[in-house]
Amino acid sequence: MPANKTSPSLAAAAPAPSKGSSVLRKLKKSSLLYIMFLPVIVYYIVFHYAPMVGIVIAFKDYNAFKGIWASPWVGLKHFEAFFTTPYFWRLLRNTFLISFYGLIFGFPAPIILALLLNELKDGKFKKVTQTISYLPHFVSSVVIASMLVQFLSPGNGMINNLIEALGGTRTYFLNDPRYFRTIYTLMNIWKGVGWGSIIYLAALTGIDSELYEACIIDGGGRLRQTWHITLPGIANTIVIMLIFRVGDLLSVGSDMILLLYNPAIYKTSDVISTYVYRRGLVEADYSFSTAVGLFNSIIALILLTTTNQIAKKYSDTSLW
Amino acid sequence: MIQKAFSRRVFEIFNVVFMICLSIVMLYPFIFVLSASLSGNAYVAAGQVTLLPKGFNLRAYEAVLGYKVVWRAYGNTILYTVVGTAVNLIITMLGAYPLSRPDFYGKNVFTFFIAVTMIFSGGLIPNFLVVRGLGLYNSMWALILPGALSTMNMIIMRTFFQGIPDALEEAATIDGCSDMQILVKIILPLSIPSIMTIGMFYAVGHWNSWFSAMIYLQDSQKYPLQLVLRSIVLQNQVNDLLSAQAGTTIEESTNLIAETIKYAVIMVAVIPILCVYPFIQKYFVKGTMVGSIKG
Repeated sequence: MPANKTSPSLAAAAPAPSKGSSVLRKLKKSSLLYIMFLPVIVYYIVFHYAPMVGIVIAFKDYNAFKGIWASPWVGLKHFEAFFTTPYFWRLLRNTFLISFYGLIFGFPAPIILALLLNELKDGKFKKVTQTISYLPHFVSSVVIASMLVQFLSPGNGMINNLIEALGGTRTYFLNDPRYFRTIYTLMNIWKGVGWGSIIYLAALTGIDSELYEACIIDGGGRLRQTWHITLPGIANTIVIMLIFRVGDLLSVGSDMILLLYNPAIYKTSDVISTYVYRRGLVEADYSFSTAVGLFNSIIALILLTTTNQIAKKYSDTSLW
Repeated sequence: MIQKAFSRRVFEIFNVVFMICLSIVMLYPFIFVLSASLSGNAYVAAGQVTLLPKGFNLRAYEAVLGYKVVWRAYGNTILYTVVGTAVNLIITMLGAYPLSRPDFYGKNVFTFFIAVTMIFSGGLIPNFLVVRGLGLYNSMWALILPGALSTMNMIIMRTFFQGIPDALEEAATIDGCSDMQILVKIILPLSIPSIMTIGMFYAVGHWNSWFSAMIYLQDSQKYPLQLVLRSIVLQNQVNDLLSAQAGTTIEESTNLIAETIKYAVIMVAVIPILCVYPFIQKYFVKGTMVGSIKG
């Protein structure tokens, strides 16, 4: 290892440490680090800060020919327009309900899976099951959506085949607004349950095994051990994940929904992000959709801060 | 006591059975797609394929691999993944290394500058306008530059770098190594496993991405695999794609494999992931743990 060959002559060449080195000196000392860091700063300015500045078009009538700054200010016109569209409540309800179902059904699923995996005695079997459960996490949304569309197809999809074999009637699931949220929630659980369990399994390994021994001596059965030791042991992790989840109650990603929905089921599947995409990029209504997006981020930010405050008040866990 | 042992036993059996069911639920969709893609179209259309292929044949694959569109899309995806991941890794290291150094003056200011972007963002439309304004519309760089750096991955890499003993760097400084030399000669060789981990995070992301390609690429010649898959299966454009290729008797020939061909395209898109995932998943798990502890 080259680092071990300390040669005195080179050591003398290194800058001597001086007392009370000035700011300038410190800057100079890490000048190479700044040069390295420069592309990173440029990246953040161009692709993160510039779009933040671009939000001003939500308060303007953006015109591509005039540019952002010459376009006229219109105040809150686009926000008012959004609040008064007939879609406003529908979008809000769909966005909320889709993530609420995700919270109720999708949030506990990985916790339960982690607890059950933790009870498996055979290490090899546990490992294999875990690895298999991670699989959907690596598969692209387009592949998952494609499989889902094929399986649910009314013509020859395997789910409809099964329903028919059991004496039911074939249903066009993806064209019926009643089924969309159920399908979406189940699919997300399938996709995320294995991967989501990792963080809880990590927390489980951190629990002191002496606690279990003490509980066994006190005559506690498995159920009691789970209730009094395991769950409190991972409570912090659960609270943090819950804060994120509740903070995200009004931010549903457009990725999967754009692949699965169609105008026939907008009634239950159209969420704020998909609406922003359609109005903004399909219809090129830039200012209006920026306003809708900004409204969504503000609500999301308020939700996250509020949940964090509540968590801080009632438990000793919080994000900041 | 005996009863307790008995109920314990029942639970354990139930648990193992549950895990086996779970594994089946996770794997069956992929097995079905594979079998359907290898079956006769009539069997698939009649819903007779359940587990193993019926009327085994490779016609769907022959057709898929005969499409220029699919080959081109494959090439595009590989190009975007390789170039994208290389750019990602360089920028991520350039960010992570200074942040890992205790003597990087102004680190807190920069950390704040970065953390702000984790809470606030411009949103879809302002991002789109910036990318278009830079002249990246309809170019491969629109898929690579806006996501050139993931803050989360940079934090993970910084954590890895911090795990390298300071004594090594100090010794190198005494030897007269510059920061750049320390990075290239000491930090990088010691961090190859972690760099590979982060590289795989990025590579899988590029391989699977479709949304930026949809919004930024106009020219269908530049479409990555995922977008082509989307148009064939989700938008039902099998015939369009085929007729774009040759000219004659295509209608009939596609109808003969109309269903199996969709399954074959899904398979073609997912096979690379199915092949590499068992080997890379443990790196992902490790990286995720580091991220969650720090984040």
